[in-house]
Amino acid sequence: MITEISIMRTLLSILGITLVVGVNAIFVVWFERKVAGHMQYRLGPTEVGPAGLLQTVADGLKLVSKQIIFPQSADKPIFILAPIICLVPVFIALLPVPFSATWQAHELDMGLLLVIALGLLNTLGILLAGWGCDNKYALLGASRAVAQILAYKIPLLLCILPIILLAGTFSLREIVLVQEQSTWFALYQPVGFLIYLIAITLETNRSPFDFAEAESELVAGFHTEYSGMMFSLFFLAEYTYMLVASAIASILFLGGWLGPFFPGPVWMLIKIYFFLFLMMWFRWTFPRVRVDQMLSFGWKILLPISLLNFLITAGVMAAL
Amino acid sequence: MMTSYAQDIITGLSSLLTGMKVTIKTMFTKGHTVQWPRQTAQLPLNFRGHIRLVANDSTGFAKCIACGSCVRACPSNCIEVKGEKPEGAKKKSPTLFRLDFTKCSLCGLCVESCPVAAITFSRDYALAGLTSEPFAAMNLLDEVASPFAGEEQ
Repeated sequence: MITEISIMRTLLSILGITLVVGVNAIFVVWFERKVAGHMQYRLGPTEVGPAGLLQTVADGLKLVSKQIIFPQSADKPIFILAPIICLVPVFIALLPVPFSATWQAHELDMGLLLVIALGLLNTLGILLAGWGCDNKYALLGASRAVAQILAYKIPLLLCILPIILLAGTFSLREIVLVQEQSTWFALYQPVGFLIYLIAITLETNRSPFDFAEAESELVAGFHTEYSGMMFSLFFLAEYTYMLVASAIASILFLGGWLGPFFPGPVWMLIKIYFFLFLMMWFRWTFPRVRVDQMLSFGWKILLPISLLNFLITAGVMAAL
Repeated sequence: MMTSYAQDIITGLSSLLTGMKVTIKTMFTKGHTVQWPRQTAQLPLNFRGHIRLVANDSTGFAKCIACGSCVRACPSNCIEVKGEKPEGAKKKSPTLFRLDFTKCSLCGLCVESCPVAAITFSRDYALAGLTSEPFAAMNLLDEVASPFAGEEQ
C-alpha cells in the first residue's frame, strides 16, 4: 500500500542516507588524515577551516572541477558503470541499519543478508573498473580483489553465523534487541569478533590488505585510470563501505545503540567511529602483506578457526 | 605441528599489538612539524648560508683588507674583490666585493683563507627568487659601512 506516509518516509530516508554518507565521508577523510599525521609525528590538515575540518570539502571541490579522462582503448560503458556499481550498493546497504530502536530507514527481516550480499557488489565494481580501463596495473589490482574476496568472505560469514544462532534472527534491529536481554555478543564470541575485525579490514580493501590499490606496487591499482569525480566516487564508496562495515560490527558484537546515559544514536555513532578508528589504526601501523601471505592467512588460519568457532558455538547451543 | 600453528598465531598477534602500541603512543605526542612561515626552525650552529663581510666593531667598516686571498682560494671563481687605500689609512679597504652565489658551493675555503677573519657564513636561508640575477652578483658591501662613502659623491 502506497500511502502518503510511506512516500514521506522513503523521501526522508533517501535524504537521511545521503546526508549520512556525505557528512561521514567529509569527516572520516579528515579524521583519517589527522590520525595518520599524528601517528607519524605530523599534524595533518590544519589550514582549511578550524583544525583543517574543511580540507575534505576543498579537496572534493577540486576533484569535481577536474577533467575526467577516458583512456583511448577503454571499454567506455564498463568504465563509466564501475564507480556507480561500487557506490550504489553501499547506499542501499545503509537502509536496514538501525541507529536506534526507532531510527531506521527500513526494517527488513533479512537485513543482515542484504548487507552481506551488497558487500559482494563492491568487488564486482572493482573488477569492472580493472577490466574496463584496459590497463595492466588496474587489471592486476582487480584480479587481486577477486582472489581476496574468496579468502575473506567465507570466514566472515562463518563468524556471523554464530551470531545468528545466538540471536535467532537476520534482522539487524532484532539482533540488538536480543543483546538488550542478555549482553554484548562480543563477550560470547571473542574469537568471532577478532576474525570479523580482520575480515572487514579485508572487505574494505584497507591496509594491510589493500592489494587492489597497492599504490607502491600497482600505481593506484584498479582506479589508476580514473580521475576527477569518477575517482572520488570510488573514494566515497570506500569510506562509506567502512561506515557500513563498522555499523554492522557494532550491531553484531557491541550491542548497537545500547548504552547508558546517552540516547541510542549517540552510542551507535561512538561505536561506529571506534571501529573506524581501529581500521585507521591498523592502516597506519601495519605494512601491506604479500598477496600469497594474505591468501594463506585467509585459507589456513581464518577459515579453520572460524569454522571451529562456529561448530563449537552450534554444539554448545545444541547441548544447552 | 598443532602447537607451532597455535604458537605462530599467538606470537603474530602479540607482535601486531606491540606495533599498535607504538603508533598509539606516537599519536598522543606533539608533532614535529614546524609551521613555516609562522614558525621557523632553529638553525644548527654550523649552518652555512652565503658568505658575508664582518664589520670592525669600533668603526663599522669591513674588516676586509682587499688582499685577494679569498679570490685565489675560491675553487669556483665566484668572488670578485677590488680595493684601495682610503685617505690616511694604512691598509686597503674593499671598494667592490661581489659574490656570484649561483656558482658558490659553500665550501668555506674563502672563510678559512682570510688572514683577518673578515668573512663568515651568514645565517640567511630564505633565499628564494624569481630570477637568478640578484644571486649572480650579490654586493656584500651593502651590509657594512664604507670608508669611501663621503668621497664618491
